[in-house]
Amino acid sequence: MTQLTLNVNGSAKALELEPDMPLLYALRNHLGLNGAKYGCGLGQCGACTVMVDGQPVFSCVTPCAGLEGKQVRTVESLGSAERPGPLQQAFIDKQAAQCGYCIAGMLMRAQALLEQNPHPDEQTIRQHMAVNLCRCGTHLRIIEAISLVAGHTGSAA
Amino acid sequence: MTQAPALNPSRRAFLRGSALLMAFTLVPAARRAWADSEVDTLGTVVLAPDLPGSLRTNPYLDAWIRVDPDGITVYTGKVELGTGVKTALLQIAAERLEVSPTAITLLTADTALTPNEGYTAGSHSIFDSGTALFNAAAQVRELLMDSAGRTWGVALALLSTAEGVIHGPGGQRMAYADAVKNVDLHLYAKAESPSMPPTAFKLIGHSLQRLDIPAKVSGGPAFVQDIRLPGMLHARVIRPPRPGCTLLAFDTQAIEALSGVVHVMRDGNYLAVVARDEWQAIKAMREGYASAQWSGGQAIPESRDIHALLERLPSRRYPISHEGTPQAATELGYRARVTKQYLMHGSIGPSCAVAWFKDGSLTVWTHSQGVYPLRAGIAEMVRLPPERVRCIHAEGSGCYGHNGADDAAADAALIAMRMPGTPVRVQWMREQENLWEPYSSAMVSEVQANLDAQGRLQDWNYELWTTPHNERIVNAGRLLPARLLGRPFTSAPSVPIAQPEGDGDRNAVPLYTLASTRIDMNFVTQMPFRTSAMRSLGAHINIFAIESCLDELAAKAGIDPLALRLAHLTDPRARAVIERVRDAIGWPQKSAEPGAGIGLAFARYKNIMGYCAIAVRLRVHPQTGEVQIDQVVTAVDVGQIVNPDGLRNQVEGGIVQSTSWTLYEKVAYDAAGIRSYDWSGYPILRFTQLPKKVDIHLLDQPGQPFLGAAEIVQGPMAAAIGNAVANATGRRWLNLPLTRSEQPA
Repeated sequence: MTQLTLNVNGSAKALELEPDMPLLYALRNHLGLNGAKYGCGLGQCGACTVMVDGQPVFSCVTPCAGLEGKQVRTVESLGSAERPGPLQQAFIDKQAAQCGYCIAGMLMRAQALLEQNPHPDEQTIRQHMAVNLCRCGTHLRIIEAISLVAGHTGSAA
Repeated sequence: MTQAPALNPSRRAFLRGSALLMAFTLVPAARRAWADSEVDTLGTVVLAPDLPGSLRTNPYLDAWIRVDPDGITVYTGKVELGTGVKTALLQIAAERLEVSPTAITLLTADTALTPNEGYTAGSHSIFDSGTALFNAAAQVRELLMDSAGRTWGVALALLSTAEGVIHGPGGQRMAYADAVKNVDLHLYAKAESPSMPPTAFKLIGHSLQRLDIPAKVSGGPAFVQDIRLPGMLHARVIRPPRPGCTLLAFDTQAIEALSGVVHVMRDGNYLAVVARDEWQAIKAMREGYASAQWSGGQAIPESRDIHALLERLPSRRYPISHEGTPQAATELGYRARVTKQYLMHGSIGPSCAVAWFKDGSLTVWTHSQGVYPLRAGIAEMVRLPPERVRCIHAEGSGCYGHNGADDAAADAALIAMRMPGTPVRVQWMREQENLWEPYSSAMVSEVQANLDAQGRLQDWNYELWTTPHNERIVNAGRLLPARLLGRPFTSAPSVPIAQPEGDGDRNAVPLYTLASTRIDMNFVTQMPFRTSAMRSLGAHINIFAIESCLDELAAKAGIDPLALRLAHLTDPRARAVIERVRDAIGWPQKSAEPGAGIGLAFARYKNIMGYCAIAVRLRVHPQTGEVQIDQVVTAVDVGQIVNPDGLRNQVEGGIVQSTSWTLYEKVAYDAAGIRSYDWSGYPILRFTQLPKKVDIHLLDQPGQPFLGAAEIVQGPMAAAIGNAVANATGRRWLNLPLTRSEQPA
């Protein structure tokens, strides 16, 4: 066990963890944050995507030990069910979920794109989002929701 | 059509051994919309055959709706699988109770609280539960009005309701919660319900936003994976390398000595670790995999031999449709052999469950599609009476059928029984889901059909080979963990779902007018892999085969393939979806670009549920054979639409998922084992491979029965892609997935 301080969603959290613990398990089990999801544990599906210093990362393969001094952001930082942030609201407006298991990861990957490029075109969105998997086939609506925030309506559907 | 008297044809899946022959004679009688299905073959008993929807199996009104001073509670035995069904059912109940949706608490499947509606499967939820609520809610509202009318001495016809309050002609008011005091809702439903013109619907037919999405976009507790109980421990299972292996050696003490490990479970070939922290459990599991030594195990065939093997393995032959008298073959004939590989459900979230054995009772939170059958299976496995086991549905990642959900629940139950008083959460790892979920069966079908000189379809010969599509939980042995125990359970014999729902033979009977049919299923039960239900069962390949054959026959006769279909369909609703697609896409115009093609397909799901026609424009890369879908136009008719946006969402999802199955997916394996243990070994469609444009036309049928939506697209989408590829290349690809390497050179 090691004492670690993680900065998550703007506040410092002192945690006692095994240092090889991937960030995903610290977020879910030690900080009670549900947003990041376990999907593969291999960095292949993106369900666990969070932002670290503005970049989308797979929290399932990112050990906590290297994260001190960095800013971790999860989907919980974007807003709440009662007061959703703009991207969350766009996902609600477009009803961009079926089972919704991949959605928090989708939101964080999209958020990272929009913070660097506020007006990506649809091709850019498709390329950027290709890392994350959805099995229900909600892709068209996810693109529409991101496009809504990007300031144009997606033509996907 | 004749009805077999006195025998209940909906029970084929319970018939065993010699009784199977008798089942064949019952097939014609089974052509009723309520016949066999994944839903009602599995433990639900029809008590009231004349009632609508699931009132047949749960006829008491108070099984569905209760009214008390705290409000209105609506119960459904169906569950939210990500299709939006919870919201749609709420709309139906609120509409017919004539209250706001927010006035209702809707509870989904829980063996302690809700009706037993078997499985949430087969596009049946709105068809069964929606229909039950549509009727039960209206009958309850009328009983409440009747109660108020009796109190006031006012005729029922003079009363109205608004927002849960009954209004009398003289300004009288009575809340539902007061009116219920003079009514016993433990009453058999009636066959007829108060009518309501569709024009009066305020909720049905409107796009209410889904209840569950705000939590899912904001990290709210939404899934079984998010359940945290006081003192909860984390477990991981350790599976053999393949089915049938025997554990030779395992160093229990070494694993017990690892940091945080609370318990190591070993029972026969069953291994699990329990730890305080989830990461500790994972590390202990990894050590366990390294420590465990196994021998033997079932032989796995070579992937390239699987279809020949299916045709060779022992099987039972089921006649599916033998109508008319075959004529001499004509010159305008077509014959083909179509194949499909094993597919995975491939849920993004591997299966998970939480179980708690406390005070002699076991509670299991599960994303199973059928909490009641699961409860019976678990009770048998852990040797508790069923009333001592409670299964509560909690959402999981989309499952699209029988995935690892039930098995993970069984894991949690087994481990929790070893840890009395302590809740235990079991999460499968990705590779465990991929290696141990029941797959969708590999299949072979052979089609042979012909046209007469006038372009009329004549004889339709179709034979298919499949392993089971319905290995649902009818006993403990259907639960994988139960087979690994020191005192192992064995699976109940495999029995296919009867027509018209069908199993591997789902949609094997064309809806088109035919002079004669010879349609048979070879049901292979000595299977190399465990297979079970996956969205649309055999309909995916059967519709692909039928629609491929139709296009080939049209080409031989020089007839437009769309016109050939219309010429053989009498049902106006079937014709309407095709005509809408024809007009919307500008059939048969295709792009002038090299490698461009257009294709169309149609099916009515199970020939009794939703109608779907799809046309696709695509391009096939001349060098690689890769397919880019440029445009999809579809028209669907699912009867009275409950939630148009929800329906669109399902149809879009079906288009994308079926595209993925059809173009990319197959379980990779060889004699050494399954190779598709992660996403690199089982690629699915990504954002860059999406259809570029999707247009969906909803043909509403106000006031008509609900037909169900979630599975209607899978077959037609596959077939439309196949037909468009053939149109683009001049070559008919008949082996799924539609990659060049799968086709003969």
